Amino acid sequence: MTAIPLPYRVVETRPETADTVTVRLEPVHEALPPFAPGRFAMVYAFGVGEAPVSVAGILPDGGLLHTVRAAGAVSRALCALAPGAVVGMRGPFGTGWDLPLAAGDDLLVVAGGIGLAPLRPLVQAVLAAPQGHGRLNVLIGARTPDDLLYRGELDGWARPYCGITVDRPGAGWRGRVGVVTTLLDEALFSPAGTTAFVCGPEIMIRATARDLLHRGLAPDRILVSLERNMHCATGHCGHCQLGPLLLCRDGPVVGYERAEPLLSVREL
Amino acid sequence: MTRTGLFSTIPEDHRDRLMDLGRDVAFPAGARIFEEGSKADRFWVLHTGAVALDLHVPGRRPAVVETIGAGELLGWSWVCPPRQWHLGAEAVSPVRAWEFDAQEVLRLCEHDPALDHALLTYVVGTIGHRLRSARTRLLDLYGPYGSGEPR
Ligand SMILES: Cc1cc2nc3c(=O)[nH]c(=O)nc-3n(C[C@H](O)[C@H](O)[C@H](O)COP(=O)(O)OP(=O)(O)OC[C@H]3O[C@@H](n4cnc5c(N)ncnc54)[C@H](O)[C@@H]3O)c2cc1C
Repeated sequence: MTAIPLPYRVVETRPETADTVTVRLEPVHEALPPFAPGRFAMVYAFGVGEAPVSVAGILPDGGLLHTVRAAGAVSRALCALAPGAVVGMRGPFGTGWDLPLAAGDDLLVVAGGIGLAPLRPLVQAVLAAPQGHGRLNVLIGARTPDDLLYRGELDGWARPYCGITVDRPGAGWRGRVGVVTTLLDEALFSPAGTTAFVCGPEIMIRATARDLLHRGLAPDRILVSLERNMHCATGHCGHCQLGPLLLCRDGPVVGYERAEPLLSVREL
Repeated sequence: MTRTGLFSTIPEDHRDRLMDLGRDVAFPAGARIFEEGSKADRFWVLHTGAVALDLHVPGRRPAVVETIGAGELLGWSWVCPPRQWHLGAEAVSPVRAWEFDAQEVLRLCEHDPALDHALLTYVVGTIGHRLRSARTRLLDLYGPYGSGEPR
């Protein structure tokens, strides 16, 4: 982990949706220590500011993919980067998805909106070593069909199940319409031997976790990523405090047994 | 038959009596199963496939508001007046389902309070679940921080 940003160069950009872009970065000189799925970088758009962004792809050559949705000044600047541009990178930060915890288990990967970005490298790690786990189920919720990320890749994720549901279908959508939890009826898993990885808006995380508990998953087998806004990423400034947790250090990924009491109160 | 849903919530002996009233039906992809505003005199429990529920929008294609899949109940408007479908239903993919005549089931329930209770509990649970889902979707959760105004 470094305190001073290291320069990374944008080598490729790929528009995912109208407001979301995946950028591929390579170190200009020195690389940051290796990233793991679920961990994040503080990405500095020079002259604009810094934002926490999850790693969406970990490339063998030290390159990194980040998928960014334009929400405000910094994320807009990151989405507008062109190949050749240089950003500052700190990291890796945060806890990451605990894939070894799920050894031998069926897996439920549940994503809402941009929450699919931090789950993508997890899915890739599972696909690269399928013998380590049971069945892989990927459940994706998006606002509209046009808001789906990684469209070209999703077919390869059905080992055996990859379901997509949208809130608002356009003309021509023949898939599912409804909240992401409705896909749980189609997924193939044995609740007593399943680990779930959930990322999305907090309301979606809560609804998904409640449904999973109801179906018999243990709370500590429901891992959720709480991406509250954060500043320093080193556990000092307190910006991302949620109850006793400093999410940049103790999160963003935490077990639901720790997250639940914090998510159910109105204000902490 | 189904992993979850109606048949798993009804005690076995009552379930058998209900099943005697059901018949196995199939709808090809694209089939209209019922139309908004028409008489709600049947219901289905899906085995396979998915069904889109839609609302008629004048001069436009029907707007799909939700899809339902295997194991789920299709149709509850038969439970209470005015007993008209408030949505239309179309098979998105080939569908196999158990079809029930609502009148026959209601008659059976008059003589079987335990079945009546189990069936109503299931239907109310389904409606509650769909209401919660609809309310969640009103929030436009996946929009850029659409899940509420800042304090
Ligand atoms: C650990 C972590 C990982 C993240 N990973 C990704 C990622 O992979 N891709 C991605 O696009 N975004 C990700 N984000 C969110 C991203 O950091 C924010 O969108 C960004 O910091 C917003 O900064 P801005 O200057 O662009 O907008 P601002 O002007 O600062 O914010 C725009 C609006 O978004 C709200 N907002 C900002 N951050 C958050 C947040 N974290 N949660 C809810 N509302 C927020 C603000 O209140 C404001 O209303 C992540 C956040 C965290 C904490």
